[in-house]
Amino acid sequence: MIRKLQQHVFFNLFRAAATVNAAALILLTGFILLKGWRAVTWTFLTQPPLDSMTRGGILPCIVGTLVLSLGAMGVAMPVGVASAVYLNEYACGGRLLRIIRLGINNLAGVPSIVFGLFGLSFFVIYLKIGVSILAGALTLGVMTLPVMIGATEEALKAVPDTYREASLALGATKFQTIFRVVLPAAMPGILTGGILGLSRAAGETAPIMFTAAVFFRPDLPESIFDEIMALPYHIYVLATAGTEIEKTRPLQYGTSLVLIALVLGMTLAAILYRTRLRRRMR
Amino acid sequence: MNLNRRWIEKGMQWGLFLTAFASISVLVMIAFFLFTEGLPIFKKVSLKAFLFGQYWYPTADPTDFGIFPLIVASLAVTLLSALIAVPLGVMTAIYLAEVASFRVREIVKPVVEMLAALPSVVIGFFGMVVMAPLLQNTFELATGLNLFNAALMLAFMAVPTICSISEDAIYSVPNNLREASLALGATHWETIIRVVLPASISGISTAVILGMSRSIGETMVVLMVAGGSAMVPAALFDPVRPMPASIAAEMAEAPFRGDHYHALFATGMVLFGFTLLFNIIADIIANKYRQVGEATL
Amino acid sequence: MNIRNQSTTIMAPESEVLYKMQAKDLSFFYNGSQALHTIHLAFLPRQVVALIGPSGCGKSTFLRCLNRMNDLIPNTRATGELLLDGRNIYSPQVDVVNLRSRIGMVFQKPNPFPKSIFENVAYGLRVKGIKDKGRIVERVEKTLQQAALWEEVKDRLHDSALGLSGGQQQRLCIARALAVEPEVLLMDEPCSALDPIATQKIEELIHELKDQYTIIIVTHNMQQAARVSAMTAFFYMGRLIEVEETDTLFTRPRLKQTEDYITGRFG
Repeated sequence: MIRKLQQHVFFNLFRAAATVNAAALILLTGFILLKGWRAVTWTFLTQPPLDSMTRGGILPCIVGTLVLSLGAMGVAMPVGVASAVYLNEYACGGRLLRIIRLGINNLAGVPSIVFGLFGLSFFVIYLKIGVSILAGALTLGVMTLPVMIGATEEALKAVPDTYREASLALGATKFQTIFRVVLPAAMPGILTGGILGLSRAAGETAPIMFTAAVFFRPDLPESIFDEIMALPYHIYVLATAGTEIEKTRPLQYGTSLVLIALVLGMTLAAILYRTRLRRRMR
Repeated sequence: MNLNRRWIEKGMQWGLFLTAFASISVLVMIAFFLFTEGLPIFKKVSLKAFLFGQYWYPTADPTDFGIFPLIVASLAVTLLSALIAVPLGVMTAIYLAEVASFRVREIVKPVVEMLAALPSVVIGFFGMVVMAPLLQNTFELATGLNLFNAALMLAFMAVPTICSISEDAIYSVPNNLREASLALGATHWETIIRVVLPASISGISTAVILGMSRSIGETMVVLMVAGGSAMVPAALFDPVRPMPASIAAEMAEAPFRGDHYHALFATGMVLFGFTLLFNIIADIIANKYRQVGEATL
Repeated sequence: MNIRNQSTTIMAPESEVLYKMQAKDLSFFYNGSQALHTIHLAFLPRQVVALIGPSGCGKSTFLRCLNRMNDLIPNTRATGELLLDGRNIYSPQVDVVNLRSRIGMVFQKPNPFPKSIFENVAYGLRVKGIKDKGRIVERVEKTLQQAALWEEVKDRLHDSALGLSGGQQQRLCIARALAVEPEVLLMDEPCSALDPIATQKIEELIHELKDQYTIIIVTHNMQQAARVSAMTAFFYMGRLIEVEETDTLFTRPRLKQTEDYITGRFG
């Protein structure tokens, strides 16, 4: 009887813990939604900031975040997929592979601010790219590389070996097999990883602080060597460094809502798509 | 034709290898550039004075480059956030892997993943506008931006990492172990605590360490809600300035390749060292105690 | 035991070049443990040979040596010779990719690519570098007819191959293998995943194909071996025990082991 009760108590405790997580997500997004939805108007989405950022919209920030995160995936996708193909299809065990994997795991654990420092010292200063879209996209790309490699490897492992055998038995070379059979079959999984990487890149602030983001720039960028505004950095600036923090609160909530909608929307899309894929695999 | 094709094959294999190699050499390059930009500070202050110096006054005259308060602040927020995040994350993981029905699992897992995807700047913002006034009013504090607030917000960010890795570990405990325990008359709860958790302890430890590694490196949250005071904290509600916050806040003002600039890169080195250490420990645990079939338990 | 001499003397009255394929002293090792022991076996052109034996006897391993699919498994090694038209396919000069386009293979479970029916059959042509659309279309149609699948799929060539039934998928895999115009066709228990009707269709197909191809088929099913093959080879514990004309092997096996197996006393 006591054992039953004990079990009952603990299971409810576990359930409560899970509920806290769900509640945290709902509380946070709900709060931002409640406070921000009034600020998000058509003008807000399509106008540049006005009057030293106390009025107006966030169009340059939206464009900036999209450009930066798409640019990041433009870097991370090809490099990540190629690396994962090598690791999964060519490399065969041994010490070297172990070192490479350790390296990738560690890369995934590097703090985002350290990526920012790296981007500053390597891309901005050493390669003389300057604070620019290009430097920011490269920095974010390097940061999302482990995400991309992980997702691609998972997708490649899910491709049945019988496809590889059938192709090789038809006289295809290894590369033809990978390029024409394995990669197309893994493509949905790779794209899911790409979307997750995109949402991660869109939400990051620290890596772009020193490499791409600018406080204020009302016009849209003209080249990849321009500095750019971005949603997360804009939130940070308005909430901490603005001259009239209280006055711009509605803008802060509105910008947060746009960023959350963008990031969570992409994440949710990727999760739903992946769930459907996994079901079909079974 | 044949020769041509063989060259293409070889070329492709090398190309792929080089790309994979480049991916990991990024890690080496990160270390290299941190060191190149960070080491010059040690011409000015000794390593010991840098790591254990009590005062961080990078712009005063004369300057003080002691990051001890920053290190302590980082460790304090990390440990405190772990105290919150570990029980929450592990219990959620147990719930998902052992207790929840399939349907609940299908809903809660994505929720945890979404929580992981929340941009840190938004969590920091939430900490500023909601948690800070709440703490300030409840405990009658001078400021709601402090160690406790930062730890609480960091916990939100660490929970998903801890939860999903632990859940994988618990879920992969072979079913026949559970069945053996249940068949001996143990309750489900006793089975979890005596069989399942011991079998998945290495995975859970890895999860905890990786979660802490994420906390110590997190920037925006501590930048926005930790309070920013570069002093060794004496109480739970003291404002602090962890390492990432210091780097992020000061880099823009630090003169290019001046002492302050080098000192911030050196702080980045220390931070990088901490996360590297966490990750290597996690990797060792994960590999050493990896469950190789049921026989090794 | 003097099996080796028996098989060679029975099968080699003429010169060696007459054989399409021939294994000489072929041994095969996985991680140092021997899976095949000095196999001597020869295959005449345009003849169906069945390989039978209990699970794990080495018949599939032997089959996968014939197009060097075993190369894909790490830590394996083959010794001895395997001749295709008198030339050793394990010699270092041989291009494995070329070799595999000369020797087609059909697997145990139907494994069409997740592509359209058309693209499945065209695949081998495309990887060979054939770009001429007309030629590909023509070849796809011809091979699908050869595989007795054309009538069933001609209206939905561009639908996914995964929508076909198991039997149709297997005939598609045969068509896919035939499209590259191989000289030898290897079949690894091609009917084990199919129902009796689909099995019958595949067997009829084998009958049709044997006039053009050298076919080597691994089967668990002795009736099937009896129905489709001219010669049957019995493998046991990694050794070739007996090889005979199929009728003889099933009615008057020379060795006790063979008799025990075909009468169902073990395996």
